[in-house]
Amino acid sequence: MRDAQSDPAFLSMEGISKHYGGVVALDDVHFACQRHSIHAVLGENGAGKSTLIKIMAGVARADTGRMMLEGKEVHHFTPVDATRAGIVCIFQELSLMPDLSVADNICITNPPGRRGFIAQRAQRQRAESLLARVGCNDVNPISRVRDLPLSRRQLVEIAKALGRAPKLLILDEATSALTAADVEKVFAILRTLRDQGTAILYISHRMAEIEAIADHCTVFRNGRYIQTFRQGERTPEQVVQLMIGREITQIYPPKPKPRALPEPALEVDNLAWEDRLNGISFSIRPGEIVGLGGLDGQGQREILLGLFGVLRGLKGSVKLYGRDAAVRSPATAKHPKNAIAMIPEDRKTEGLMLPMSIRDNLSIASLSRFVKTGVINRSLESTRVDAMIETMRIKIGAPSDPVRTLSGGNQQKVVIGKWLMTEAKVLLLMDPTRGIDVGTKQEIYALMRKLADDGAAILFYSTDYDELIGMCDRISILYHGEIIRTLVGDDITEQNIVAASLNVDLGKRATQTTGAAHG
Amino acid sequence: MADLVIRLRHNSGGLIALALFAVLLVVFIVIHPRFNMLALEATANQGGALALIAMGQTLPVLTGGLDLSIGAIMALTNSLGSELLTGSPWQIALGLLAVIALGCVCGLINGVIVVYGRIQPIIATLATGAVYTGLALLVRPAPGGEIDEGLSEAITYSVFGVIPTPVFIFIGLVLLVWMPLKNSIIGRGIYAVGSSEIAAFMSGVPVKRARLAAYTGSGFFAALGGLFLGFQTLSGDANGGVTYTLNSIAAVVIGGTSLFGGTGGLVGSIYGAYVLRIINSVLLFSGVPSLAQPLFQGAVLIFALMASALRLIGIRNRLEVMG
Repeated sequence: MRDAQSDPAFLSMEGISKHYGGVVALDDVHFACQRHSIHAVLGENGAGKSTLIKIMAGVARADTGRMMLEGKEVHHFTPVDATRAGIVCIFQELSLMPDLSVADNICITNPPGRRGFIAQRAQRQRAESLLARVGCNDVNPISRVRDLPLSRRQLVEIAKALGRAPKLLILDEATSALTAADVEKVFAILRTLRDQGTAILYISHRMAEIEAIADHCTVFRNGRYIQTFRQGERTPEQVVQLMIGREITQIYPPKPKPRALPEPALEVDNLAWEDRLNGISFSIRPGEIVGLGGLDGQGQREILLGLFGVLRGLKGSVKLYGRDAAVRSPATAKHPKNAIAMIPEDRKTEGLMLPMSIRDNLSIASLSRFVKTGVINRSLESTRVDAMIETMRIKIGAPSDPVRTLSGGNQQKVVIGKWLMTEAKVLLLMDPTRGIDVGTKQEIYALMRKLADDGAAILFYSTDYDELIGMCDRISILYHGEIIRTLVGDDITEQNIVAASLNVDLGKRATQTTGAAHG
Repeated sequence: MADLVIRLRHNSGGLIALALFAVLLVVFIVIHPRFNMLALEATANQGGALALIAMGQTLPVLTGGLDLSIGAIMALTNSLGSELLTGSPWQIALGLLAVIALGCVCGLINGVIVVYGRIQPIIATLATGAVYTGLALLVRPAPGGEIDEGLSEAITYSVFGVIPTPVFIFIGLVLLVWMPLKNSIIGRGIYAVGSSEIAAFMSGVPVKRARLAAYTGSGFFAALGGLFLGFQTLSGDANGGVTYTLNSIAAVVIGGTSLFGGTGGLVGSIYGAYVLRIINSVLLFSGVPSLAQPLFQGAVLIFALMASALRLIGIRNRLEVMG
């Protein structure tokens, strides 16, 4: 590797800010990446890494600030401009077209051929050679992407990127499903590209990978640029410290003292599903709030969906109130004998029927309670709905207004209220405070604690560590579909959560992390 | 060998349609009271227009859209054809070009409304369909007109008395229009848009051009359908396209193209169209009253649809089935 600092930056940013609604995604960020360098970008969930990349790829536009390509400022940067400048992104969400063949996908941006016609044989040869480069010789170029496992898809994605001869290659969690051997192959390719002069941005939550591949590291936190350093200049402990910073706010209700609790409402034993969940066991007693932590996409979502009856082929045993329960659909999950409720992740698609009224949305999950001889008793429905609006303090004009007209926070209250109307005893919460204001958050926290005190068992998945620390009696950290650590009492600290999330054992990391992270 | 297996699996929808077509054809030949080459020719001609329309409908469907104006475009071009396709060979040739151009323009208008007006295809083409029907009625208020008989005979008879001419038309269209389109960047774009518009856009695929091409192609095939109908009936009819629109969608689905877009192809739609057509004849000869025919057609369509939904069985996360 050459000394990257002596080259002019391939791409640099000055004073970049970006807002999504009221949420600040990037705040006055300065950043530069050099040729001949592999540059790691580190940060917690929501630190602003994804937004940074989207701006570089022309997918999102910064509100303020300047971006320079090889020293020249660019304006109105679009995906087409980015492609022309040789900026190639491998996004976290795969950008492959599932119904097209592997060869079609690899060559889609610039297919071989003349006058708009694609030369099939040349395309196939190019695909084959690129697949061979990423060690994917076992994939037939004419098979459909839809039929490949996730790990092969990621390699196809990398092959596709290589085919575009990138000047700046951005990998956003591009190796998350790969085995250690595959990762090594990808790393060898990245090193070759770097030595040939490509600038590489590498985003990963696996510390061991970053130590193995990065030349420089930049840390982001809460949308702000924190620091850039050469790999090796900071210990992992220092890096974790930089990532979490020091910002703790007291907006959570006090936790109850340890006390005798009734028998568990929910017992999960050895839950497994496809290759996404493995050996998950835990239990929740009435009155407890149990958190699910870890990085995005480690299986938290699947646990909640599985318990709610959305996943087919779930293995393992689930007991509710001491007896075996077979929850095969959301309809059986909410049945009074199971009494499970789930607040889904995406309120606009999974939580609400936006054009329908506030009243209809609130009562939809508990309609069977208002039915008399096959007909909905409208006045009873209205009474209960009005009571729930009162309890939840939802700010509305009239209950007949479309729910779409409410603010995000009030919409979320409708989602929660809808499930409270079923009088559920086991609550599954999937990131219930995402994208809502602090005041409403505080109300939801107080409500959660009150529900627990009244005897609900709550399973709480959040991407916000602060929130988990403030609310949970226990936190189970997931990594690759397994619970790798459960934190209780004084062990619940941000440091421990971040370390467990990255599968770094702060005590004895030298002996363990490499093997574990690649395992 | 492995390649062959993969290719067969990818085209299973079209192959099922081909098998269904072959079985029905055999049944048709067996139970036809007086089967001869003329009967085969007649059947080929009766299904010709629908097959052409179904080929056109395949293109928007592949993008994840739909063309509900396709029957109206057919009727409009058919009506214009009944005005223009007479006289000297030069006049007829110019007339043919004008009719095909009209179809393409109608399709392009659909495409522009869908792409730039950002209106959902189903409603955009429902509206333009009404407009095209109105235009057709202006051109030809009552069925009639005149079409050159020599050309008509050439198109609707058999070559060497054995193979119906429409078969050659289909082969020609598949080889000269569909295969080149499928292997072009635009054609690839049509599939890519239907498979995942976001991924296509992010890969720099010309998304808008692909959509425009799909709807224009739909209009092109609709014009061919209108011409074919004209050669068959020797006249024009502004209301002749009504049943064709929905039947073309049925033919596309039977032919193995997914209504979600992204998978399928134009060849299967030809079989799909003839499956629909031959079912009618078979039902007729087997003594089913003609009033009961829609019932049986519907049943066959349901079976075909169920076959195309088989792939959903393997999905383990039920939210993905709905996405």
